[in-house]
Amino acid sequence: MRKIKGIHLKHNKNTASCQTEKFPIPKEVLIPMNMNMGANSEPVVKVGDHVNIGDKIGDSNAFLSVPVHTGVSGTVKEITEIHAVNGKCKAIRIETDEQQTVSKNIKPPVINNRDDFVKALRESGLTGLGGAGFPTHIKHNPSVPIDILVINAAECEPYITSDHRQMLEDSDAVIGGIKLVMKHLNIPQAVIGIEGNKPDAIKLLQDKTKSDSNITVKKLPSVYPQGAEKILVFNLTGRLIKEKQLPSDQGVIVMNVSTAAYIHTYAKTGMPLTERRITVDGDLIKKPCNLFVKIGTPVSEILEYAGCDMEKLRKLIMGGTMMGMCAYDINTVISKSNNAVLAFKKTAEKKMTNCIRCGRCIKACPLNLMPTELEKAYYRKDSTTLKKLRVGLCMNCGCCTYVCPAGRQLAQINQLAKNLI
Amino acid sequence: MNLLKVSPSPHIRGEMTTQRVMLCVLISLVPTVIASGILFGLPALALISTCVVSSIFFEFVTRIIMKREQTIGDLSAAVTGLILALNIPPSLPWWMAVIGCFVAIVIVKQLFGGLGQNFANPAVVGRIVLMLSFGSAMTTWTDPKYHNTFNPLFDGYDDVIASATPLTREFPEARASYLDLLFGTTTGCLGETCAVALLIGGIYLIIRKIISPVTPIAFIGTVGLLSFIYGITDNGVMYGLEHALYQMLSGGLILGAFFMATDYVTTPITNKGKLIFGIGCGLITFIIRTFGSYPEGVSFAILLMNIVTPYIDRFTMLKPIGAVKEEKAK
Ligand code: SF4
Ligand code: SF4
Repeated sequence: MRKIKGIHLKHNKNTASCQTEKFPIPKEVLIPMNMNMGANSEPVVKVGDHVNIGDKIGDSNAFLSVPVHTGVSGTVKEITEIHAVNGKCKAIRIETDEQQTVSKNIKPPVINNRDDFVKALRESGLTGLGGAGFPTHIKHNPSVPIDILVINAAECEPYITSDHRQMLEDSDAVIGGIKLVMKHLNIPQAVIGIEGNKPDAIKLLQDKTKSDSNITVKKLPSVYPQGAEKILVFNLTGRLIKEKQLPSDQGVIVMNVSTAAYIHTYAKTGMPLTERRITVDGDLIKKPCNLFVKIGTPVSEILEYAGCDMEKLRKLIMGGTMMGMCAYDINTVISKSNNAVLAFKKTAEKKMTNCIRCGRCIKACPLNLMPTELEKAYYRKDSTTLKKLRVGLCMNCGCCTYVCPAGRQLAQINQLAKNLI
Repeated sequence: MNLLKVSPSPHIRGEMTTQRVMLCVLISLVPTVIASGILFGLPALALISTCVVSSIFFEFVTRIIMKREQTIGDLSAAVTGLILALNIPPSLPWWMAVIGCFVAIVIVKQLFGGLGQNFANPAVVGRIVLMLSFGSAMTTWTDPKYHNTFNPLFDGYDDVIASATPLTREFPEARASYLDLLFGTTTGCLGETCAVALLIGGIYLIIRKIISPVTPIAFIGTVGLLSFIYGITDNGVMYGLEHALYQMLSGGLILGAFFMATDYVTTPITNKGKLIFGIGCGLITFIIRTFGSYPEGVSFAILLMNIVTPYIDRFTMLKPIGAVKEEKAK
């Protein structure tokens, strides 16, 4: 079958064999209210309130929203405003106590039908754990019939191994979650896509799904951006998500593998999303590792734990090197969709020259866009050409910027250009 | 605490830079420069150096006068100078060569905005301007068989013999042998005679993924095919084959196809466009060589195709994956 291409990056999966460690409970956490795509939550607690593990501390009535919970017990110290990597928002600071009591309200949800299931997903506070942070319950409430559940376990970003560790450390949860979704949403088959650089995970999941003829595990080429939704779906199912379409328009739901595993855990325990697995790596990290951290943990503590040389720190990336965001300072906190913290001593800029029309960006773009032409059209403020060349399709994967010898900021320009059309 | 740098993604970059691209092109031409030194002697190397140095100098000065950022570091001026040098006869007076470099760098490249902005290949235009201005000096050839450093009788270029290039000789009596064409022991421009050296460089560029093989294959292939057909109508299949091979190996075709028709800036950006470009160049070269009054058509062919490149680009835009047809405006 024809596949959408990608570019070869150095994998740097240094933490692939690092068993996930539990990160100690921090002295305080700062939980942001904007961790999902869509509307921010409003705090539902006041300064001075005592909260227990799993208590809801923020929520919203908006359609595209999920509630926020605390992963620690303690006292609400402050409700403040912060600059998170994805914008300004309110945040709740909680000082942790010694006891770490679990809330009495935590009990497994009762799920009898699809509505219960979708409601439970919302109550769990779950957003996609892969990066974009799309509220999961909305994805799982499509208005059209779905016939394939696509599980994204490509993990094509360099360095990150949190999904890989999820599969190795708790494959039963992965498969349990997949089965739950298939059952409640009435999806007849599921396919798990894993990049070939994780042969152990492929083998393990293949063995575990041997008896389920409706779940298949497929090996994907280890090229970036294999895990981009459109590319993953095409390469696994041959279905092309067209312009302005959602995966559901092609009868597909795409879900990150860790998200699937979390659904299973929630259905069993009722513990909302307050903790997640992250990869800590980068050239300044002495001890690259995978950690379970509470949502809201300050990055500075994580860096210290992993032996980061703070003096040399110049670049702190929340997420992957290709699509992650730069943190403004080390007091940034872990949010629901953070799958990695990467610390580097240098920025990777290149000397910028005029475009030499080498065509590398065009060859690199998985979607056959023409980044150099788009850049020129952007500087001309030529919205007709931008539209004609489909700048709206650009997924900001960064392949074009990565390969450009002239050091042009092509991917970034495309995001700016989208505002012109 | 030091300040953290914030920049948009991606946060890593590939290794290729403009400077490296240019450096690869320079490296790929090393065999040709060496061949040129062996064939035409030290004065040839001096002439090549003159072109490279004066091109860099012109770029340096123009950037200063135009109050723009200095760009000689990207090495593109050195590449232009070198390629122009390989396109002039060994006996050309040095000051004419400098004029050629001036035209290439200042007029064709910098006045249009510098690297990436020029519509025509600077070296090609430089050569054509020299041809039109100094026609006889540009067509005075030295035969390396009699004038090279290894020849004890070598005494400089004072007694240049004005012999024809392999392309203008009468067939079949006075033609160069295939071996001469392959190793360059025949008359011609500084860098066009030794096919082997050029091919080594060209293949190096293809392997390093600096150039796409599409253009040179289409270009040389078209010349070969048309010459073959022409040869058959003239004198039968065997002659057709010979004629095709001879045409493909002689003159500036290999130099032009691998090093000038592959210039990023002035040729189409997609592979489909490159194919059209290569075929177009081959067609024009064949027509000029066969029916025109100039013996050599490579430069003109490339220049003409440079001019239509924006149109080729427009017709060979890629279709984005997942694009749906735009709805007609109401
Ligand atoms: S960032 Fe956009 S234009 Fe660049 S390679 Fe990715 S999809 Fe193509
Ligand atoms: S990769 Fe960079 S230099 Fe090459 S065509 Fe694209 S924008 Fe221009």
